[in-house]
Amino acid sequence: MSIFNIMGPIMIGPSSSHTAGPVKIGNIARLIFADKIITADIYFHGSFAETYKGHGTDRAIVGGLLGYTPDDEKIKDSLTYAKNNNIKINFGKIDLKNTHPNTILIKISNNKKELNIQGASTGGGDIVIQKINGYQVNISAKYPTLWLLHRDKPGMAGKITSVLGKHNLNIAYMQLFRKQRGRTASSIIELDHKISNNILEELTAITGIKEIKFIPAL
Amino acid sequence: MEYYSIKDLVEQAVSNNTTISEIVIQTEINESEQTQKEIEQKMYENIDVMKKAISRGKKGDLKSESGLIGGQSSILSSQENIFSGNIYHKAVINALAVAEVNACMGKIVACPTAGSCGIIPGVLLAVQKELGKNDKELSKALFTASGLGKVIAHKATLAGAAGGCQAECGSAAAMAAGGVVELINGNPEMVSHAFALALKNLLGLVCDPVAGLVEIPCVKRNGFAAAHALTAVDMALAGIKSAIPADEVIEAMEQIGRLLPDSLKETARGGLAITETGKKIRKGCLKC
Repeated sequence: MSIFNIMGPIMIGPSSSHTAGPVKIGNIARLIFADKIITADIYFHGSFAETYKGHGTDRAIVGGLLGYTPDDEKIKDSLTYAKNNNIKINFGKIDLKNTHPNTILIKISNNKKELNIQGASTGGGDIVIQKINGYQVNISAKYPTLWLLHRDKPGMAGKITSVLGKHNLNIAYMQLFRKQRGRTASSIIELDHKISNNILEELTAITGIKEIKFIPAL
Repeated sequence: MEYYSIKDLVEQAVSNNTTISEIVIQTEINESEQTQKEIEQKMYENIDVMKKAISRGKKGDLKSESGLIGGQSSILSSQENIFSGNIYHKAVINALAVAEVNACMGKIVACPTAGSCGIIPGVLLAVQKELGKNDKELSKALFTASGLGKVIAHKATLAGAAGGCQAECGSAAAMAAGGVVELINGNPEMVSHAFALALKNLLGLVCDPVAGLVEIPCVKRNGFAAAHALTAVDMALAGIKSAIPADEVIEAMEQIGRLLPDSLKETARGGLAITETGKKIRKGCLKC
């Protein structure tokens, strides 16, 4: 562990779990949506629902959606910046049943598309994205991460990892979830290296791949 | 070079005839694959944020979401007649300033956490100014403090939700005490005794934040813990030793943290959070 995890990080207060973590969740939602955000509906669950104003969790999430890093002093005024950028933000509370007490559900949309993303702030600034558009995932963004939606059939995992191996990209962690046999599966591959656009294109070209997103380490 | 205990840090410093900060720096170089210059630069960035947070907080114009925090550092620093010692006063003012900035969504260094972020800068910057030490010397003291904190993270916890406030403010006070001893050229054993004395005397401190916010008692507690660290420094520099070795104090802290009920570990379901006034504050602050 780096001593800069102890003497650091530099962040906007007041809380790593209630402020810094949510900025990262907002960042990941923005990266995955990869388009202009018109509306963001943000729902807080559990302990977040009780203290989101006092801890600035609302401003942190919006700051993250605007692309601010956890140490950006603009976070405090992110709601104003969002308004100035014509982004409509709605806040609400939600009961997500059996999930981490610091969980957020975000629905982002514009005229073309929508994204539903659920993530939790697990402490010390760490986060985990749990669901993307209803697909189960487990993304911490500690490593460069590939998220792939693909057909659930034999050989898919092999094709994906062969491309990575061919380009000498080492896999640190790998998970695969599916909703229903033979339908669509969701793979999360955490790598030791960043991935270039041409490799992303090569992966997208594999038969059976429906969608790919790359999330850099945060 | 690696260290997993305070004893490791002291032994390696002594056997290499160097300081704890050097051991911490060398270990970080080996583990992070960064250069000495890059690591030193990162610590200077931390120092810059700490100094700016102190100045910002001392202005006295910040107000937290609950309206209950903001301006305490400025009130204290405008006092003409200081009752307690000069350096205690300055350390407390600094610590309050940084903690207020944190509570009001300003930029701070989580050292080791956001809730306890005023203590290390509070104490170390007051001592730096008082003794005319430069930033290089200050950065070494911060490396020492970091190494001490890394051991706590390894053997116990730095999170209030897991170990109560003894894990956050107790740890920060102990880290600050150790850092100051090195800044004043105390030897590695003295660093470990200052650390042990500071941590030992905040054991059992609970986390019962009013309205669940990082405001009451958190902000003022940063001031108290800063003063507390200086008491440990005085004793250690005089040659007073902690009867219980530093590593065993950390183990005790870990055990006590596990025994603390959840209601006293950052859930706002016990202690100050459920007093008559605490509940009123929570209600009145419904918007937060």
